[in-house]
Amino acid sequence: MNNIFINYSLFILFLPLVAFVVLIFTGKRLPRQGDWVAVSAVLFTLVLSSAMFVAMLLDYNPDFSQQSGFTWMDLGAFKIEFGILVDNITIIMLLVVALISSCSHIFSLKYMEGDIRYSRYYAYLGLFTFSMNGIVLANNLISMYMSWELVGLSSYLLIAHWFEKDSAADAGKKAFLTNRVGDIGFFIGIMLIYSSIGSFLFSDVFAGVAAGKITGITLTLAGIGIFLGAMGKSSQFPLHIWLPDAMEGPTPVSALMHAATMVAAGVYMTIRLFPLFTPDALLVIAYVGGFTAIFAASIAITQNDIKKVLAYSTVSQLGYMILAVGTGVYTAAFFHLVTHAMFKANLFYGSGSVIHAMHHALHEKHDHETDPQDMRNMGGLKAKMPITYWSMLVSTLAIAGVPLFSGFLSKDAILAGTLAFAQHQPEHFLLPVFGFGAAAMTAFYMFRLIFMTFHGEHQMPELINDIHESPKEMTGPLVLLASLSVFVFYTLPNFNPISDHGWFTDLVVPRTAVVPGSMTAHEIADYAHHAHGLAMSLSIAVIVLGIALSVLIYFKKVFSAETWASKLGFLYDWSLNKFYFDENYNRFLYQPFLNLSKKVAWLDWEIYDRYFINGFAWVIEWYSRVTGKFDYDGIDQGLVDGIGRIVGATGHNLRKIQTGRLQNYLLYVVAGIIVMIIVQAF
Amino acid sequence: MDQLNSYLFIAAILFSLGVFGVITRRNGIAVLMGVELILNAANINFIAFSRFGGMNFDGHVFGLLVIVLAAAEAAVALAIIINIYNNMNTINVDQASQLKQ
Amino acid sequence: MADYTFWLIAAITVISAAFVVLNNQLVYSAVALLFTLFGVAGLYVFLWADFIAGVQLLVYVGGILVLIIFGIMLTNRISSVRISHKSVQQGVGGAVIIWLFIFLSIVILKTPWLNQTAMEPASSVAQVGKLLLMKYLLPFEVISVLLLGALIGAATLSREDP
Repeated sequence: MNNIFINYSLFILFLPLVAFVVLIFTGKRLPRQGDWVAVSAVLFTLVLSSAMFVAMLLDYNPDFSQQSGFTWMDLGAFKIEFGILVDNITIIMLLVVALISSCSHIFSLKYMEGDIRYSRYYAYLGLFTFSMNGIVLANNLISMYMSWELVGLSSYLLIAHWFEKDSAADAGKKAFLTNRVGDIGFFIGIMLIYSSIGSFLFSDVFAGVAAGKITGITLTLAGIGIFLGAMGKSSQFPLHIWLPDAMEGPTPVSALMHAATMVAAGVYMTIRLFPLFTPDALLVIAYVGGFTAIFAASIAITQNDIKKVLAYSTVSQLGYMILAVGTGVYTAAFFHLVTHAMFKANLFYGSGSVIHAMHHALHEKHDHETDPQDMRNMGGLKAKMPITYWSMLVSTLAIAGVPLFSGFLSKDAILAGTLAFAQHQPEHFLLPVFGFGAAAMTAFYMFRLIFMTFHGEHQMPELINDIHESPKEMTGPLVLLASLSVFVFYTLPNFNPISDHGWFTDLVVPRTAVVPGSMTAHEIADYAHHAHGLAMSLSIAVIVLGIALSVLIYFKKVFSAETWASKLGFLYDWSLNKFYFDENYNRFLYQPFLNLSKKVAWLDWEIYDRYFINGFAWVIEWYSRVTGKFDYDGIDQGLVDGIGRIVGATGHNLRKIQTGRLQNYLLYVVAGIIVMIIVQAF
Repeated sequence: MDQLNSYLFIAAILFSLGVFGVITRRNGIAVLMGVELILNAANINFIAFSRFGGMNFDGHVFGLLVIVLAAAEAAVALAIIINIYNNMNTINVDQASQLKQ
Repeated sequence: MADYTFWLIAAITVISAAFVVLNNQLVYSAVALLFTLFGVAGLYVFLWADFIAGVQLLVYVGGILVLIIFGIMLTNRISSVRISHKSVQQGVGGAVIIWLFIFLSIVILKTPWLNQTAMEPASSVAQVGKLLLMKYLLPFEVISVLLLGALIGAATLSREDP
């Protein structure tokens, strides 16, 4: 453990935990409720991870990888080793987590000011950062799974932070239970792999898969099981239902966990474990991801709650990443994860800033009925909140995939990979359709959000005078993250705005799946490279289409949104009501189960009990009468009572042993030891 | 003397007497004295094994730790006994039986 | 000469230990315990553990025994030195203990003990000190925390109105 990277990682891992422990026990007694403990801890991790990042850039070694660990449990055949794995992906991910986490901590200083559970909030943020870093640094499946569960727990705690509100408490429960469904799959996958390979370490697992210790359908099932965990955490269809509800939590939490880091954990995990997915499993992954991307985007189009739009947008972007993993360009998925973390967190902070301002203005008017998150109540905020506006605009351009911004590069890489995949397997033409369709919708709904919120007339003119730009603690992270959405940060030392070639592609190189029969990384990259030009022109085309539609409808008001909505009828309804997913889960899963239970209960009560049991009872009764006499005279009086008497007498005598005196008991103990020695000896 | 067995026998006698004291005494302080005898017996064994196992000093460290432990135990036990005495006016362990059914 | 001294000390230790558990006056028991502890310290000297012997004298005789006598004084009327205390279940207890001792003796006699001879060290203090601060540093620190905890606990427990 004399390695600087490993040592830094350990500090990064455990500092937030220290902050958590300090805050949860002493938080309320510290000055300022101890927020400085959490903030300084997380800033320190930011410094350390930046140092690691710089060291990585100086080293510039694509194959850099270091491990360190110890044996946690050694039960002969069953052995669990813990340890941490540091490579380029880890370092980049650590920096992303530390950066977004620091922004959240700082942003919350003002956003959560005066909250009744202020110190506990910061404690949970620390717990979350610890467990997220645990996932990132894990070098084996078991410790990853443990951190995975911890992340689920801290997510639950933070979503339900305002648990006085029923909706928040329910949202927390829903998130936890939905994640649980996925986690069971993850666990089954881990166990399938362990039972064939006998180790939890990633390196051993990959070696075992390459050696063919686990093949065919078992490996596919294990891969799908593991992917089920990612589906839960990364909120993929059909387990996506928890993420929009999770927006009940405080906005910095939404930005940190439900946009940038926690939901990315699923993607990160599939990237980490990419080599062990079979082509069949990858196909499932690709379809789930692609469908989620377009499905969630189509919901986001009609939502009116600013955070709901962003939530569905997150689901959709996560779908993109999963799609990229499924089509084999998993480095593109990781690239998108990083860029998405920056601009999506920024969008959430921006929405938090808007909500904060709206809330404040409504508070001044003593209006507690109007929803401060509803975009229909906003409009024209551009002049009042310029910093928020410009930073959100930059992020919107990035997420829409406009050239010169980071989102363009990463999304383009994904789309090129998808297109290449379909070019070589034309039967999967739906995947690029999903991808490009979602790209168009993303551009559309994101500009819809910007126009509805910041442009036009304010819908509630009486509020406009009370709306102010948010304080520095909130705009600081906004500006920082917005600037990180510009492409140059990801392509240095190159300045070519339409090529993602740069340090990122140099340092994060794809590796070939270890499953025999997979396409090699070289092939995948080659195909993607050929599809690159076509993908780029197509994606720019659909983005322009999306933005143009948005401008026409929501900015120029050439078309009226309402007439379009009524023309599209049920499609609009479906989208607005999120395709009735919650209702359908209720109707088709929960209610039938309830009905089935009721039916079974009726069967049991009316048929079985009344006829079968009662008829049986009559026969028994008759038989009993006959045997009763014999029973009473013979067995009861003689045998049963006899045994009873013996037991009674024994108990009466044994009771004397229980004196309640310690010394008597000690005497028995010593006597017992002597008896044991005798038994052993002879 | 340089016979391990003689030390072990002395320790065994002390141990047996200590257990006897713990079992038979009614007075809490006398019970405590029995415990001290047991601890001393264990300590003699530690030091004796250390001496006859090639004179390594690990046993001495354990002996030291046991002595410290005995001191801590005696302090807490006497505090409890004094507390019992204040509450019940007796320190006979078989009379302090309020928790008994 | 050394042999006789050893047997004398052993005899003092054992006899006074028996006196501790057998006689009926609490204060006499305490005084007998004093002799036992002295005897054990003497045995330590024979085992070349001069430092432990010193600690035994300091902590046991100087600390614990004084504490016990304090306890006796605090929990009885001081007027009479003859604070009698009866014993219970002596018959059964005695029988069990004799058996226990018999089995311990069998174990001692039957086990092939490691019986290495070694040179008598000049002083054990330096060696024990090194071990305590290097190999056994963590237990050493932990036990100091334990001692502190016991100290605070005892003080809290024996206050007049806690």
